[in-house]
Amino acid sequence: MLAYQPNAWTALGDPTRKAIFELLAERPRAVGELASELPITRPAVSQHLRVLKNAGLVRDRPVGTRRIYGVDADGLAALRADLERFWSKTLVAYKAAVENSAKEDE
Amino acid sequence: MTADIHAEASSVRITIVVEAPIERAFRVFTEDFDKIKPREHNMLGVEIAETVFEPRAGGRIFDRGVDGTEFQWARVLAVDPPNAVVFSWDLDPNWQVEPDPARTSEVEVRFTAESPQRTRVELEHRNLDRHGDGWEGEHDALGGSGGWPLYLERFGALIAAED
Repeated sequence: MLAYQPNAWTALGDPTRKAIFELLAERPRAVGELASELPITRPAVSQHLRVLKNAGLVRDRPVGTRRIYGVDADGLAALRADLERFWSKTLVAYKAAVENSAKEDE
Repeated sequence: MTADIHAEASSVRITIVVEAPIERAFRVFTEDFDKIKPREHNMLGVEIAETVFEPRAGGRIFDRGVDGTEFQWARVLAVDPPNAVVFSWDLDPNWQVEPDPARTSEVEVRFTAESPQRTRVELEHRNLDRHGDGWEGEHDALGGSGGWPLYLERFGALIAAED
């Protein structure tokens, strides 16, 4: 029953993707630039970018023959990620609390 | 954790199943909210002594600091024990108080008995786009990605806390 949709938190749970996201937050960059700043190959960078894009954290646009990636300017993705984390933590604590109280009553 | 996280553009939905009768499931959420809200989400300058959830329409949800100061971050909109509770989310995307109710979102928590001993709890935090008014303007005013550091700082801090 564990069914996580691709979401911003799981996307940023990976340290490499987190590093890519932080670089893009500084300024938009092309795949080649990202690869030169990180200890991974261009195909690996592209793959991580795809995950970030699916999670709604990153957008790309063509500039000449290159694609430039940047942080998605729609702040909803960031807000959602924040709230997903908040409510997930809250509900995990809730489940523990409700099930412990059940044991106490028995 | 038994959970299904589903995100639409303007809402966050999380479902969890707890091994408890519906009445207890509802009671623990509303009466023991203090125990379940993550303490690190603290907008007070001091440590939180308790989080108070007033389970009635018109009630408040607020954190009380160890020095007695209060930080109210939600208004209880509807309570239908043991089936549902709805409250507003009066924080802006930077977790500061949003004074304009038109720019607040809302949270509905629904409880459904799956059996006498098992309850499904569905939390939906919706209308997140209401927080978005002015984002574009802010973005432009601050110049390019200049509007982002606040978010990213938060992101960074939260992710670091996860590590």
